[in-house]
Amino acid sequence: MSGARTLAAGLAAALLVVALAWAVPWLRFVLTVATAKGIAVLGILLLLRAGQVSFGHAMYLAIAAYTAAFLAPRIPDAALLLPVAVGLSAAVGLVVGLFVMRYRDIFFGMLNLALSMVFYSLLEKLYSITHGTDGIRLPPLTFAGATLSVEAQSWAVLLSALVLALVAGAAVRVYWSSPLGEALAGIKTREQRLDFLGVPPRLVLLAAYVISAALAGIGGFILAMATRQVTPALAYWTTSGELVFIAVLGGAGSVFGAFLGAAAYELTRVYAAAFVADAWQMILGSVLLLVILFAPGGIWGIGQRLLGRRAAGPGAAATAGEGGP
Amino acid sequence: MSTSAHRGSLTRRSALGALGAGGLAIAAGPGIAQGARPAELKVGIATYLSGPASVFGVPARQTAEMLFEELNAAGGIGGVKARPIFVDEGPGVDHFVGEYRRLVQSEKVDLLFSAISSASCIACAPLADELKKPTILWDCGTQRIFEDGKYDYAVRSQANATPEILAALLYLLKAKPDFKTIAVINQDYAWGRDSWEIFRTGLETLKPGVRVVAELFPRFGASDFSTEVTRLLATRPDVVLSTSWGGDLDTLIRQAADRKLFDRSTFVLPLAESSLERVGKALPPGHIVGARGDHWFLHPAPQDPARLKTFVDGYRKRFGTYPIYSCHHMAQAVSCMKAGYEKALAAKGGAWPNDAELAAAFRGLTFPSPTSSVTIRPDGQGLENQLIGTSKHVDAYPFAVLDEMVVFPAEPITTPIGQKSTDWLKTLKPDMVSSMPKAMPYRA
Repeated sequence: MSGARTLAAGLAAALLVVALAWAVPWLRFVLTVATAKGIAVLGILLLLRAGQVSFGHAMYLAIAAYTAAFLAPRIPDAALLLPVAVGLSAAVGLVVGLFVMRYRDIFFGMLNLALSMVFYSLLEKLYSITHGTDGIRLPPLTFAGATLSVEAQSWAVLLSALVLALVAGAAVRVYWSSPLGEALAGIKTREQRLDFLGVPPRLVLLAAYVISAALAGIGGFILAMATRQVTPALAYWTTSGELVFIAVLGGAGSVFGAFLGAAAYELTRVYAAAFVADAWQMILGSVLLLVILFAPGGIWGIGQRLLGRRAAGPGAAATAGEGGP
Repeated sequence: MSTSAHRGSLTRRSALGALGAGGLAIAAGPGIAQGARPAELKVGIATYLSGPASVFGVPARQTAEMLFEELNAAGGIGGVKARPIFVDEGPGVDHFVGEYRRLVQSEKVDLLFSAISSASCIACAPLADELKKPTILWDCGTQRIFEDGKYDYAVRSQANATPEILAALLYLLKAKPDFKTIAVINQDYAWGRDSWEIFRTGLETLKPGVRVVAELFPRFGASDFSTEVTRLLATRPDVVLSTSWGGDLDTLIRQAADRKLFDRSTFVLPLAESSLERVGKALPPGHIVGARGDHWFLHPAPQDPARLKTFVDGYRKRFGTYPIYSCHHMAQAVSCMKAGYEKALAAKGGAWPNDAELAAAFRGLTFPSPTSSVTIRPDGQGLENQLIGTSKHVDAYPFAVLDEMVVFPAEPITTPIGQKSTDWLKTLKPDMVSSMPKAMPYRA
């Protein structure tokens, strides 16, 4: 279906988030975090399309967040800091990508996990630079030169997160329907075919990997701006796992799945924590189990089934015009 | 972000709408005009309910439940009953920051107690100022908060790492003045590194020339210390420092005891009070034990013996163990809250204080603790005495108790206002050791 309609859908969704954040002020922070994680999950979805699961993308989240924390005293503007932080994430993604591209499946996942844990350890061990687990606090940033009040700043972070989410979502959709994106599905089914077509699979996967690192970087940067405190926990494997969890929860087929999953995850977590402070993990775990057992297509899949559409394999939803802003 | 304008988007929209309505339902609290007495005093309490630090967090939560019940049974604060709302710090800072906002903006808490983790405290002290909500930092260790920043709404009802570690160092210098070598075995995270930095800086100032034979930082949460114990057996340090806590410390004590490391070296364990009951008599006599404050159920000279006894017996009767230091810290926070409200109420002639007035009332406040009293300095830092003792085995208890206890008055061992700990520690004078208070023996 037309891109214009999905764009309208995305905009409507963004407006709904703004309305919700306005009606329930404390949800503003939660929704900002969900949007940030949604953007990072887009990167996971990108790799999932090639059949690869990275258990180490939290590293790119943390790289951007720590870049922001280290450079904020010198570059105190979000608009300048964002490209630097995301650029560094992508650059590291490129270097790491050159190595991990040689591996597939479980080896790909584990190698990413290992590298992210090395980075996590560095953040802890280089204590005199990073303050270890205490983390680094970000000073308030200006937005395109404007100094904002605390209240306005939290709005600015949410709104920039939403704009970035729309742009990233649109970009991923365009990428998915480009030859480079279509080739990703080829890696999943049978890699040699790409070779026969004269398309180098490693390059295809490397491009996706670098883009996914950049998307994780955007997510990490927004998280850093929202919490204003970065700690090594951002790079820990549980954070990487969380991103994969959200991808499964939301449904891997569509751009909307990433954001639906992130919103569902964060809201479940915060409501579970509000109602049973000491057993919220159990609720979160049960939700995922239920999704895996009864709705393998994730929340997005449930939505589609309810609408009576045909069950969508990965990619079908996006091309059907349902997914993606 | 999550729904669309298509046909059929209704389901999703209404689903989210329902969530939003849920949010609104949570958000709907009684609107209280400033000055009028609220129907209920809500206190948000951040503590560890999951993860390794729940060894402190859960006893602290139990203490809070007990003390809030006692407080309410005695008529509450100014006739208003108080209710604790607990949140888990376990999932990390980004979750905690969201929880803090939820407590303030949705639960409409009047006051917060936060937190055990230093990272949580560093994150929430500026938030307290941003959201203008009085916040009592009740247990975290880092000295950086009031040394690196200035906050109007955050105060601390306990000491910080500097006096806690310095007291143990002074005690060691007095108890074992002629040691030549030292080794450290700390958990590999901010607290382990920070506390060693404080100890080493103080040691270099007060007793230069001590050789550091090993600096070991095993992984946080490690379950096997055999490599480290072997290393310590080989390097034969006179003194072994460990600021570890929880399961890490329990395991270290057991494994060091099994291999007779305690026979060769004197251990300095500034947090071991919280492990004593768990490790039983595995901890041999003659080693230096601290409690992050003057927290000990057999305190040799409590300000009010009846108060300490009520607290210890009450806790023990309900939960079956002796209260550890995090219980005392929670008791201090509750006491700080009560005294702060009473001061603010008195200043307003009985009218209910607003947030700013309550926050201001905490400055310069002195409030009772189970063992003595704590004063909050103008910068927000609490002045809390420190108790250090030597382990001793007696028949009356199935675990090591403290002997030769020294209670350090808070002021001389706390970094003065406006100075940084690392600089101040370099200016210490050796007469600090000689002017130490007298040690008090164990009494059954």
